[in-house]
Amino acid sequence: MNILAYLIPISLILGGVGLVAFVYTVRSNQYDDPEGDARRILSNDWDDRPKP
Amino acid sequence: MTATLRPTPSACPACAAAPAAETLAARALPDARIALSLPTIHCGACISKIESALDAHPQVRSARVNLTLKRASIDAAPEVTAEEMRALVEGLGYEAHELDAGTLSATATDRAGRELLMRLAVAGFASMNVMLLSVSVWSGAEAATRDLFHWISAAIALPAIAFSGVPFFRNAWSALRHGRLNMDVPITLAILLAVVTSLWETSLSGEHAYFDAAIALTFFLLAGRYLDHRTRAIARSAAEELTALEVPRATRLRDGVEEVVGIADLAVGDLILVRPGGRMPVDGEIVSGTSELDRSLLTGETLPVFAGEGQAVSAGEVNLTGPLTIRATAVGAETSLHRMADLVAIAESGRSRYTSLADKAAKLYAPGVHILSGLSFVGWYLYTWDLRTALNIAAAVLIITCPCALGLAVPAVTTAASGRLFRRGMLIKHETALERLAQVDTVVFDKTGTLTTGTPRLTNGASLPRDALELALALSQASAHPLAQAITRAARDAGLAATQVTDITEVPGYGTKGMIDGQEVRLGRASWVSATPRAETATYLKMGKAPPVAFTFADALRPGAEEAVTTLVKQGKRVILMSGDTTPAVKALAERLGIAEWLAEALPADKAARVATLTDKGAHVLMVGDGLNDTAALAAAHVSISPASALDAARVASDIVLLGNDLTPIGAACETAKSATRRIRENFRIATVYNIVAVPLAVAGLCSPLIAALAMSLSSITVSLNALRLR
Repeated sequence: MNILAYLIPISLILGGVGLVAFVYTVRSNQYDDPEGDARRILSNDWDDRPKP
Repeated sequence: MTATLRPTPSACPACAAAPAAETLAARALPDARIALSLPTIHCGACISKIESALDAHPQVRSARVNLTLKRASIDAAPEVTAEEMRALVEGLGYEAHELDAGTLSATATDRAGRELLMRLAVAGFASMNVMLLSVSVWSGAEAATRDLFHWISAAIALPAIAFSGVPFFRNAWSALRHGRLNMDVPITLAILLAVVTSLWETSLSGEHAYFDAAIALTFFLLAGRYLDHRTRAIARSAAEELTALEVPRATRLRDGVEEVVGIADLAVGDLILVRPGGRMPVDGEIVSGTSELDRSLLTGETLPVFAGEGQAVSAGEVNLTGPLTIRATAVGAETSLHRMADLVAIAESGRSRYTSLADKAAKLYAPGVHILSGLSFVGWYLYTWDLRTALNIAAAVLIITCPCALGLAVPAVTTAASGRLFRRGMLIKHETALERLAQVDTVVFDKTGTLTTGTPRLTNGASLPRDALELALALSQASAHPLAQAITRAARDAGLAATQVTDITEVPGYGTKGMIDGQEVRLGRASWVSATPRAETATYLKMGKAPPVAFTFADALRPGAEEAVTTLVKQGKRVILMSGDTTPAVKALAERLGIAEWLAEALPADKAARVATLTDKGAHVLMVGDGLNDTAALAAAHVSISPASALDAARVASDIVLLGNDLTPIGAACETAKSATRRIRENFRIATVYNIVAVPLAVAGLCSPLIAALAMSLSSITVSLNALRLR
């Protein structure tokens, strides 16, 4: 059962990473325009260099 | 906002030669933030086309198009005006409207939604982990392992509940402080009791801990809250956009110089120029100019009124033909437009009497649950004299009966129903509007602007001589007056060509005149062409010495008005027409639509009083209206609908806003509201059945955390699925 000492923290950390990532996406306004973002990724306007 | 109103500093060429001064000015002024509504954009190409065109403008710092909201937000140098940006986008072939950035307070509502989403995410994360640990406990973890798992669960669940449960704790506390019970009181009690007994059990290395139930409960209930919030946030942002489309601006004359200022900056005594087609920004008195005024939004009268020097005007009236200069006599909160708000406030106090289905359920449910749990505690304590067992069972009873399904029952249904109605062009603004709409048995319609579009239509075109029509067309096409435009439209549709008329001039407030074969022809008001005025809306054509010819008009019906009325009558509802317009006009419309009961020349207070009398007689009144004269009645009615073209005040007072031009959705909306309420009741019944099955188990002390988790998830899922069946 010693394996639990590794597995439980690992699963919690992985879950926590997911939670932090979600919080980051919310904070950086990534859900403001879901429809527009879905289309923007297909446009090749800024393929060569990033938008200034 | 104010920055966009400033005139361009380089109005004269000499000023532009002082670049140093300009950079100084640019540093002092805040950047212009301009918002545009772009209703026609639909694809990725639209985004890049508009964005690159805006970015190419030298003074635009950044521009971003939001396809979900169909909006563009532009960050530009202070001297850039919204009008300039609008013209730029229209030049690309897209419809664009300026939005008042001050009204778009999306950030405040957004913050509340974001906060809920964060809490939901934390609760979701915690409940998944705790559930995993619980599964191993259920499947037979024992002794030290079980204790370890319980302690880890506690370590995850406690902070998660402390963070995620705040909305419930806050609501429950405010209800208790006022001596009331709401749904959040049993929720809070169940969560807290579950956590406390579980901690106690765990510290005594007991078998049953309810951390999973407590956190899962928080998660499911937050999901319901979030759904609820989202539905209302969508409605609120759409309503805000309607308001923001009317940018409150006026042209002020100061020492003969025109300047565009915000309405809030106007003071009593200011001279204001109102161009034809413009709306009076304040109450005032006409100083110079003659014109005609459209008062239909204030009084419901369709006939334009003559306006000359010295006459008083009130905010909200529309200037039709000639430019007017008015001196402000009352501004802001003093205007008659705002005084109407008092009437609305009085009428609204009656509405707060409505208790929602959820509150009714909570009122029955909350005391029942507490009594049941208290009784089982006392019973088990007297039976075993063991505080631990008794507390454990009391907590189990609270968790099993906890309104998880009840918390989802209403939001799941209203989300589904509002989404459906939104697609049909109806905006549900108030949370209980659907429930109230389902009870409606009497429908009161306003006439002008609601059943009719407010634009006149020529009625006697067929009976008029052809040459009179052709002559009238020649005069009317030169004018922007609504009656003249109606003649132009009718004559063009009949395929007529205008007679050659020379020297056409518009005399603001009176009509249009011209010369033909040395004779003067006039098209305009009865008194101006020396005709006897008729009862209905009419304009008169006079040529030389011949007797004047009358052109009569009726309001054009709004699309779907007939369907809406017949559907409502077919549903067995009593339909009443109430208008501030003249008796013949109201009578004609009532007969045309087959409305048996009607009331003409009603003052705003009359309308509200009539609605109140109907309510006192036990009727549930749906008021459909758009004008300022309807606001009090809209607020007094059980539930109210206003079209998007309504005045802002009317839209604020009503529960539902029709987004399109069509009235047809009203009939269908009543049906949807009924079936939504039926689903809500069904959901309550489902939740009750679960309780009836599970509660005896809990009271008997046979309930394990596994059964609690199963009952909770099953009832939540059934309730959500039932909500999705809504058609």
